[in-house]
Parts: sequence; C-alpha cells; structure tokens
Amino acid sequence: MADIAKLERIASQVRRDIIRQTSSAESGHPGGSLGCTDYLVALYFEIMDHDPKFNMEAEGEDVFFLSNGHISPLWYSVLARSGYFPIEELATFRQINSRLQGHPATHEGLPGIRVASGSLGQGVSVAIGMALSKKLNGDDKLVFALTGDGEQQEGQIWEAALAAAHLKVDNLIVACDRNGQQIDGPTKEVMSLGDLSAKWAAFGWHVIELPKGNDMKSIVKTIEEAKKHTGKGKPIMIMLDTEMGYGVDFMQGTHKWHGKAPNAEQTADALSQLEETLGDY
Amino acid sequence: MLDKLVDTGKKATRDGYGAGMHELGKVNPNVVALCADLVASLKIQEFIDENPERFIQSGISEANMMGMAAGLATGGKIPFPSTFANFATGRVYDQIRQSIAYSEKNVKICASHAGLTLGEDGATHQILEDIGMMRMLPGFTVINPCDYNQTKAATIALAEHVGPAYLRFGRPSWPNFTPADQKFEIGKALMLSEGTDVSIFSTGHMVWQTIEAARALEKEGISCELINIHTIKPLDEAAVLASVAKTGCVVTAEEHNRYGGLGDAIAQVLTSNHPVPQEYVAVNDSFGESGKPAELLPKYGLGIDDVVAAVKKVLKRK
Repeated sequence: MADIAKLERIASQVRRDIIRQTSSAESGHPGGSLGCTDYLVALYFEIMDHDPKFNMEAEGEDVFFLSNGHISPLWYSVLARSGYFPIEELATFRQINSRLQGHPATHEGLPGIRVASGSLGQGVSVAIGMALSKKLNGDDKLVFALTGDGEQQEGQIWEAALAAAHLKVDNLIVACDRNGQQIDGPTKEVMSLGDLSAKWAAFGWHVIELPKGNDMKSIVKTIEEAKKHTGKGKPIMIMLDTEMGYGVDFMQGTHKWHGKAPNAEQTADALSQLEETLGDY
Repeated sequence: MLDKLVDTGKKATRDGYGAGMHELGKVNPNVVALCADLVASLKIQEFIDENPERFIQSGISEANMMGMAAGLATGGKIPFPSTFANFATGRVYDQIRQSIAYSEKNVKICASHAGLTLGEDGATHQILEDIGMMRMLPGFTVINPCDYNQTKAATIALAEHVGPAYLRFGRPSWPNFTPADQKFEIGKALMLSEGTDVSIFSTGHMVWQTIEAARALEKEGISCELINIHTIKPLDEAAVLASVAKTGCVVTAEEHNRYGGLGDAIAQVLTSNHPVPQEYVAVNDSFGESGKPAELLPKYGLGIDDVVAAVKKVLKRK
C-alpha cells in the first residue's frame, strides 16, 4: 500500500523547490509545474521502477518523458529529490553554465532527461518510439509521458494518437494535464479542444478519467488501475484534471502564472503556504 | 584516370539505399526501418520481407515518424526513418532539431527524390534547400552519394557511425561508376581523377556531370582534378586545401540551391585558409518545375555544358 502521507510531504517540498527555482531565476513556469506536482511525485516515488544512477537506454526500467517541457522546475525537483543529481544543483536553474536549462535538455548531460522538450507536441511521439524499442528488446517495463492540454493544439499530437493505436503500443501510459489554461488564457477561449476524452477514445486509446488530479490517493489508485490495462492492445490516456498553480492560493486557477516568476514578496507568501518537509536546498 | 570512370550500367541511387538496407537487415539486428507511406519508392521491401518486426510503417505522418525515431534511438535501436527529401527535412525541421539533433540521437534520416532529377512531380517535391538546412544543425552529418554503389556503401557505413545523420539520394536511373566493393569512409573526400588546372568538387548526381565535362575539357587541353565530396559535413578540409594548393581555382557542382549547399561549404574553407577564385554550378535561387531530368538539368544550370562554362570562367579569373 502506498504511503499517501509520505507522498504528500514530498509534494509539499517539491512545490517549495518550484517556487524557489523560478523566484531565483526570475523566470520559468510555476503554474503548470505546481498543478502537475502530485502526478509526477506519484510516478517517481511510488509507481515507476527506475534507477537514479541513470542509464539512457533504460533497459529493465520504467521511463518517463515530459512533452510540455516548460514545467521543467517540477521535473528537476522530482529528479533531484529522487537522487538523479545533487539537490543543491536546483539553485542553478536557468543560470549560465547550468545543466538545468530553461527547458529540459540532454545536451548538458543532466541525468534523468532522455530527450529535449519545450517546442510542443513532440514528446508523445518520442514515448511511442521508446515503447516500441522496449517491445523489440523484449523489455516488459512501461513508458509514461505527460502532455499539456494546450499542447493538444499541435498537429503532431494527433499523428502520434493515430500511430500508437495503429501500432498497438500498449506499454504506454500518457497523461494529459487538462488544467484548461494556456499562456493567452483559458483553452476554451484560445482554441477550444472540445471533448478531449472522446477524441482520444475515438483514436483508439483506452481513456481513463482522473478528475481529482491534485489528490494523491486518487492519483495513485488511478495509475495503478491504468497499469492493469497495459498489454491489452491499446495505448492508455489518463485525462488528468489539475488546477494550475495548485498549492499557492494566489496562483491557483488562473493562466496568469503560466510563465511568470514570483517576486520576493510573492515568494515569501507562497512559501508560507507550503511546509518545508525534506529541507530546502 | 578519367578513362577509368566508366558507367557500368545505370541504376538509381535509391536502389542503392534499398540494397544497403537489405544488407543491414542481415548483419545488424539493431537497425530499424521506418517509412512514411513510400515503401516502394524507397526500395526497402526486401528489408521488410526479411525483418517485418523491425519495420515501422509510419503513415503520412512525418513529424511523428521523426519523434518515434528519436524514441527508438533512446532505447538503443538504430532507426532509419525514410521518405522523400522534402518531407524528411523542411516539413519536419523542428522535430529533427529538438528531438534528434539537440537531443543527440543516433537517427539516420534517409531521403530519396532529392533535387530536380525527381522530374515530373515538380517543384513541390524537388527540394533544393535540404543540404543547407541539414548542415546548419549542430552535430549533424550530411551525405549525398553519387551513384548506386556509393549509396549502398554509405547506407551500410551509417549503421556503424554514432550520431545523427542525413543521407540524401535520388529517383532517376543514373550512371553507376564507383567500385561495388568500396568501403565508405564518412567525411573522406574521394579523389576521382587527378589534374592540374582546376579543382572540381562535386556531390550527388552532379559528380557524373563533372566527369563528362572533364572529358570534354581534356580534349581542349584543360586538366581537371575531380574530387567527389560525398560527405558535405564534416567536410574533408585537408583534401580541399591540398587540391587547391595545386590548381589555384575551384568549381563546385551540386543539385541544390546555390545558397547553403556544397559550394558555400567549400567557400567557407577557402576564405578562411586559401582564398582562390570559385564558380558555382548550382540552381540559381529558384524552384524547379515538371519535366524530365535530362531537360531540367540544363534548364536550371546543371548541365554538362554548364560545368564546362564554369571551368572556363574560373580559369580566366586565376
């Protein structure tokens, strides 16, 4: 049984890391990072079988790809707190000569990153390729990926949706962060996505709803259920309803903190709402 | 040496790719072929027949094909995504840039029907900018072999090479004159015929045009040094400079726009090391059109006569 309280304590520290990274970099994307924190903490600290010693090919390991690369401060915190690289390195986020680039990259050799992302719409395709390589290698571990809902406006996403179903990539669990926000405003005002669940189902994916995407217990239970549907001929899509900015009251439920860092006063306010559970870097 | 450059029978470079893939299917279990609904054109049916589990039909979805290739490479496979050159480069440039080049993936992008010699399909398909685009990507290897045998050898060599690469070849039957048993060395210029008056650096289908031009010029007493630059990046700078030190002038020939291709790559080496007169045989900043390859090449400045004229022009500038 998952220790939900422990996972929630990790999530609180990860949220502090997100605020502190974006604050000291005076840039970055706190909103989506805070919203997806619980999902990524569940993956890395409960669900996935992975090795922080990091091997690019990930033979015999579960793998995660982040398609919406702008929520990098979340991924960096989760990777550091999992042991992929020193936690203190989070202080270099977006600074010159850092391995923690504004958007995730392999170029500087940061352990845990397997492909660059940031230019949107590409991560699901890469995850499909990795899942196909696992099948060719006779490796029964799983491939996970996270994509944003704004990102669903990219055409390549739907090429990937077709291909994964056609090729029966059933060792793949993608989550779509349906927070309903993108840089210019609510998705329904910028470019309506319609019924995303119905669309993915129509493309041939097994779609699972996760309406409480910031509730750790619900997240763990849903991913465990998703795993039970792997190996049955269909790729799996978890429709992950999160609240952008979750955990910091003034950042919650608005697109305004999509790509804006908090100032000193806002940082203090945000940190006062998030318990320091594992020690700040 | 010119008389040793003999056409042993016309074959398409894309058939060389297919033959190379057929061979790789037998010897390298990590090679995976992908294709975007152009299997017959890319000539990889034999690979597919013998290795069905290592072929991924990607449909008319080139962006996703490049992403899947990046993922396959991450898992230790050696993917060869293939389609027409236009759809393998310009259409998916950002996917290649982020998921393959910047991510340093061992992906071999294989592109047929490059250039004017695609023929009747016309300018929508006749890409003349791909060499430029691909050589601008940091760390990318760019290869444009000149005949069937060289394309086959290059395909096989790519599986042993580590890093992202672009292999460009074409549609038409074309003279096949390099040795069938050659070992392809990536990044190594190939001396075809030594000469003293002018260095001619050429790539792809244009190599044969320069051979025919050199034969005509020889009759006029002009001695051409013919060097095949099959690998445009990394460029064999030492070979270029050694030849230029001898001849003192240069003609470059490519089935590509005059901007960004082989000519510019050679010019960069010359301006930094040994400035000498250079003439370009290339398409003069235009799109192509429908027609037969034999009609299109002279119309767009890529005929044998155009090579001859470029040599005479550059000799006057010496």
